[in-house]
Amino acid sequence: MTRRLFASLLLVLTLAPGAAARQPSQPPQRQDEFVPLSELPPEERLPSAPLLVAAYAFVWLALGGYVLSVARRLTSVQKEVERLDADVRRGTRA
Amino acid sequence: MPRWFFPASVVCFLMFVASPVLIANAPYEATMGLVQKIFYYHVPSAMTFFVAAFVCGVNSWRYLFGKSAQADRVAAAAAELAVVFGAITLVTGPLWARKSWGVWWQWDVRLTSSLMMWMIFVAYLLVRKYGGAGSEKLAAGLALFGMANVPFVYISVNVWRTIHPTTNVVPTLPVSMGGPFWFCLAAFLLLFVLLLQLRVQLERQRARVDALYLALED
Amino acid sequence: MSAFFRVAWIVLRKDLTVEVRSREVVYTTLFFAVSCVLVFSFALVKEGRAMEDAAAGILWIAIAFAGTLALGRTFERERQAETLRALLLAPADRPAIYVGKLAGIVALLLAAEAILVPLIALLFQASALFSRPFWLGAILLAGTVGYCAVGTLFAAMLIRARSRDVLLPVLLYPITIPVIIAGVRGTAVLLEPQPDVAMVRFWVALLVAFDTVFVTLALWTFEPLMTE
Repeated sequence: MTRRLFASLLLVLTLAPGAAARQPSQPPQRQDEFVPLSELPPEERLPSAPLLVAAYAFVWLALGGYVLSVARRLTSVQKEVERLDADVRRGTRA
Repeated sequence: MPRWFFPASVVCFLMFVASPVLIANAPYEATMGLVQKIFYYHVPSAMTFFVAAFVCGVNSWRYLFGKSAQADRVAAAAAELAVVFGAITLVTGPLWARKSWGVWWQWDVRLTSSLMMWMIFVAYLLVRKYGGAGSEKLAAGLALFGMANVPFVYISVNVWRTIHPTTNVVPTLPVSMGGPFWFCLAAFLLLFVLLLQLRVQLERQRARVDALYLALED
Repeated sequence: MSAFFRVAWIVLRKDLTVEVRSREVVYTTLFFAVSCVLVFSFALVKEGRAMEDAAAGILWIAIAFAGTLALGRTFERERQAETLRALLLAPADRPAIYVGKLAGIVALLLAAEAILVPLIALLFQASALFSRPFWLGAILLAGTVGYCAVGTLFAAMLIRARSRDVLLPVLLYPITIPVIIAGVRGTAVLLEPQPDVAMVRFWVALLVAFDTVFVTLALWTFEPLMTE
């Protein structure tokens, strides 16, 4: 559980420096005029699709990973319960 | 596990599988275009984060003042879920913000207070794991402070001028966007209930293991 | 009601007496805070001189770090002498004990701040801090009380916990982020050439609101959390 916690923390933290490196040097400016998207040169357009895909992929992976983590812990505890149950029954029989 | 668990799990899974279809059919938003579709997962996960924080706080209160062991188990489960859904919110948000605000992160009230609330629940898990004996009570005390944050985080965006959209957006959604949104919210909340049930089951089994070890020593 | 304050006063007087005799926590906390400020003034350097804009932030970082240290040491002393059990066994209102301890730690930190603020004013050319001494005092008092309110609660709870040294900051810093933010922003307003008193008043009011919420929550939860 610690490893997972650590891993998810690391994931969030590693996104931050990569993000900071690509941050524009100025905060968002209030717009004075509107420029249609088609008139912007291709380098200044930020494609949405990778961001959208990354967001949905993260959600599904995080939820799936969590379900797997709980399921794994549950099966290992279940096994331990069965083992201990058998021990206790053997102990009371003997 | 209760009888409703497996049918409900199937329903939840189907809802999640169906959601991308509904989201793809929703209309584009005027200014933000394609990236706005992150909204359909970002806001429900944020709401689930608040619900998880609240459930954790209420059960921590019941544990501290009512001495209910079951309440402690539910609080521990809810805190873990708060961390998971909070992490989802804090990752999908910046991915959306990169395109719509031009920056990954801003220290405005909503973002700062959400991050802070998330960290409180991470601290809750750390205390439970590494605090040794009696750490359940410490963590419960911490969760009360975390729960006190929830209304503050929600209202912050209406009281202060922030770059984050206000809470007015959701009630005024047009039907074509509202449909997929409420569907996704229902899916997330159902998932929360299911995961909570699963996680509480884990805690209950762990308590059984402790009881069995004690019985073995006799 | 007067019994409540009498108990709190007795606990405070005990703490102050112990501290005056050994002066351990005062000296070590003060030295640590001063070293902290010096490290920051060396680290945050622009064109060979300390960054003046950083004064407000550094003040509150030093308060936060020194506060964590003071809290840890004060309760460690109680733990080693086993006086905490005696305190809890005494026929006294538990919340009153909390208030007494809180007052002691606030007094300690305020004493440290009396040295830190002039030091920072010197190192960061921030003598403007003293242009509105009443508001400076208000911010420092409200912020320190808020920080210590949560800190005293958690430090007391952590006495018997494992890894208590690292868990205190882990628990304390996320919750006291609003206090630090309000303290820094309020202090930064004072450092402007024409300080906007209305803005300072706003931040002080926010700090007082936090203090009320934190102290109330702490008073409610001290009793069940300390029953060990």
